[in-house]
Amino acid sequence: MKFVDEYRREEDAQAFVRAIRAKVTRPWTLMEICGGQTHTLLRSGIDRMLPPEITLVHGPGCPVCVTPLTQIDRALAIAQRPNVIFTSFGDMLRVPGSTTDLLTVKAKGGDVRMVYSPLDAVTLAQQNPGKEIVFFAVGFETTAPANAMAVKRAKQLGLPNFSVLASHVLVPPAMEAILSSPLNRVQGFLLAGHVCAVMGWTEYEPLGERFRIPMIVTGFEPLDLLQGIFMAVDALEAGRFGVENQYVRTVSREGNPAARAVVNEVFETCDRAWRGIGVIPKSGYRLRPEYAGYDATLKFEVGAITTEEPKECIAGEIMQGLKRPSACTEFGTRCTPEHPLGAPMVSSEGACAAYWLYARA
Amino acid sequence: MCLGVPGKVLSIEPSVVDMPMGVVSFAGITKEVCFAYTPDVKVGEYVLVHVGFAISKLDEDHALEVFRTLKEMGELGDLEIPQPSGGGTP
Amino acid sequence: MAEAKPPSAPDVGAALAAASCPVPAGSGAQTILMAHGGGGRLTQRLIETLFLKNFDNPALRELHDGAILEIGGVRLAFSTDSFVIHPLFFPGGDIGSLAVHGTVNDIAMCGAQPLALSAGLILEEGLAIADLERIVASMQRAASGAGTSIVTGDTKVVDRGKGDGVFVNVTGVGIVPPGVVISPRRAAPGDVVLVSGEIAVHGIAIMSLREGLRFETTLESDTAALNGLVADLLLAAGDSVHVLRDPTRGGVASTLNEIAGQARVGIRLEEAKIPVAEEVRGACEILGLDPLYVANEGKLLAIVAPEAAEAALAALRAHPLGAKAAAIGTVVAEGPGRVTLKSRIGGVRVVDLLTGEQLPRIC
Repeated sequence: MKFVDEYRREEDAQAFVRAIRAKVTRPWTLMEICGGQTHTLLRSGIDRMLPPEITLVHGPGCPVCVTPLTQIDRALAIAQRPNVIFTSFGDMLRVPGSTTDLLTVKAKGGDVRMVYSPLDAVTLAQQNPGKEIVFFAVGFETTAPANAMAVKRAKQLGLPNFSVLASHVLVPPAMEAILSSPLNRVQGFLLAGHVCAVMGWTEYEPLGERFRIPMIVTGFEPLDLLQGIFMAVDALEAGRFGVENQYVRTVSREGNPAARAVVNEVFETCDRAWRGIGVIPKSGYRLRPEYAGYDATLKFEVGAITTEEPKECIAGEIMQGLKRPSACTEFGTRCTPEHPLGAPMVSSEGACAAYWLYARA
Repeated sequence: MCLGVPGKVLSIEPSVVDMPMGVVSFAGITKEVCFAYTPDVKVGEYVLVHVGFAISKLDEDHALEVFRTLKEMGELGDLEIPQPSGGGTP
Repeated sequence: MAEAKPPSAPDVGAALAAASCPVPAGSGAQTILMAHGGGGRLTQRLIETLFLKNFDNPALRELHDGAILEIGGVRLAFSTDSFVIHPLFFPGGDIGSLAVHGTVNDIAMCGAQPLALSAGLILEEGLAIADLERIVASMQRAASGAGTSIVTGDTKVVDRGKGDGVFVNVTGVGIVPPGVVISPRRAAPGDVVLVSGEIAVHGIAIMSLREGLRFETTLESDTAALNGLVADLLLAAGDSVHVLRDPTRGGVASTLNEIAGQARVGIRLEEAKIPVAEEVRGACEILGLDPLYVANEGKLLAIVAPEAAEAALAALRAHPLGAKAAAIGTVVAEGPGRVTLKSRIGGVRVVDLLTGEQLPRIC
């Protein structure tokens, strides 16, 4: 596959590993905030190829992990309604809510369907005029343009039976929250390349100035990650800060203005609760008032949602890189990937589930 | 939410209310994709596709940057880059 | 994350998959979930805690694809397979051919040729007779293609809404040739792991028919009877063939995990050596799927003694169904029960059992 295979060659990867080893003179802590990057790091074994001086923290970049429990419970309540076709990306189907999950709802007779694109949900609404189609619009900035277009299209078509449960989260506010903590140990960031493909990187520049840290826009192939890590280490060793771009083939400083225009037409920023971390101001998107007719939170009255998060879960501290999963009293005993207590054990890209893998290798 | 896959644009249909659609090939597998966010794209070019939307065009020249860097690093010579004494593999 | 000392690993029986997503909250399960049919940990658990516990007997305890029964000095291979696939017809096959091939292959994985098959059909009221005719004709073609026949059967009809059109069960018997002992217990450190061709074809072909995941390109299932391939393999490598298994649901990863667990050996794979067709790769990339966990219906895994590996590979490649066969890994003594993989770029990771089905992802 072009633009893919070239970035997976062993000798090139090993060259970067050697370069990183040669460059590093003292311990550094880096964070990536993107589930997709975590995935590549684990799948390719890069995490274990790095020299011991480098600590790589898997930040809150997994949307499965950070979607608040109340949102999931709300989704589950709506999905259980008769006459609703509840659509979602595959990622969210197994996430446990307080008492159940979408796959179990499906097992009990709910019409829960996986889609590849949000436009598929719009098509379903056109094809099923007698049903209510709800789309679980989860994700970071990368997915917002697609979700926004789906809502815009539904409005153009005048569909009365389509709505979205919007649960978008934004990266820069999360980074600011992490960096602002007096306990923060993260010294450099790998920025999520596809988030930047949409947003560009101008919004990270003030963070670089204020906290004097290097941030490397990084891609998703093994070579991208290794080069991104190399560039971060290089900057740290040299005392450089600010944004640098590793993912030049895909990302430019301005990002994609056409995509942002549609996002801004449909969504506005709002405060958002991040599971395990708490409310981060202006860290999410919600539908604008003009699109209220497509907002599933307004369309479906689901009553009071009481959520129960286990008190022992220290997810927030783990996702911010303040504690290791092994510091958790429940890690590996009451909390495992099969019965997770909290967000970072929920998917294989979550910090705790990833650590679980290391421990058993 | 980051799974973005590069694919080759095979065809572009006329725009339906600012939502031009078309077909992209991923190593022979073809899928319908929305080009609303890459309106200038041409057949034969490569785009990055996320959940059925092309969100960026891939720049062939820039794609070679990584390899230019590697080549430069290699030219610094193995004298400067010490071989690792132990791999990361168990 | 290199400095921290990992906690001591909990007992494997209680340990868990680094699932691609968590098991649903109800997994102290009171009801059957789709994940129980996925070929991963939940399936395993169901077998161990329910079926094995109740049906317990030596033949069953082997937990091989088929049971081997000693009858009057002859070893009989006995296997059953049910198919509930939807859609009933798909490029490359249908529920009928799939069911026949499935059982023929289970028998073949015991080293036996199929002697005779039975067919049990559960039909949903309202199924078109023309469809049933298509399925039955396909079953006959599949059976005769494998050199066997369907000698007995049964039919039941259920109310409309209580079945997915057709459920098919095929049961088969075959005779294991004298001296042929195929069993996971024979896997030994140093053995070579072979796969008979490109993986993940069937699972991707079926998934691509699902709503919303459709591709413009048509992918055909690889469903096929493997007994001819097995016969050639045994002819060339004989007693050096230690283990045979077809990686159906759960894919190569799940099957090798099962074998590693049963044999108490480690298995080390090399990603670069695993054959995957370009189109299947493309599909896996878009859907975010790992081909190692995707179902195959016309492929086999063979674990052979190292001195016979070359001959075995040549025999597979000489057969039309094994043209793309490859050596993909080795059996090792370290890490019993564990499958590891050296990635394309030289890193190493654990290839674990999933808890449930692998689902497409966008992250």
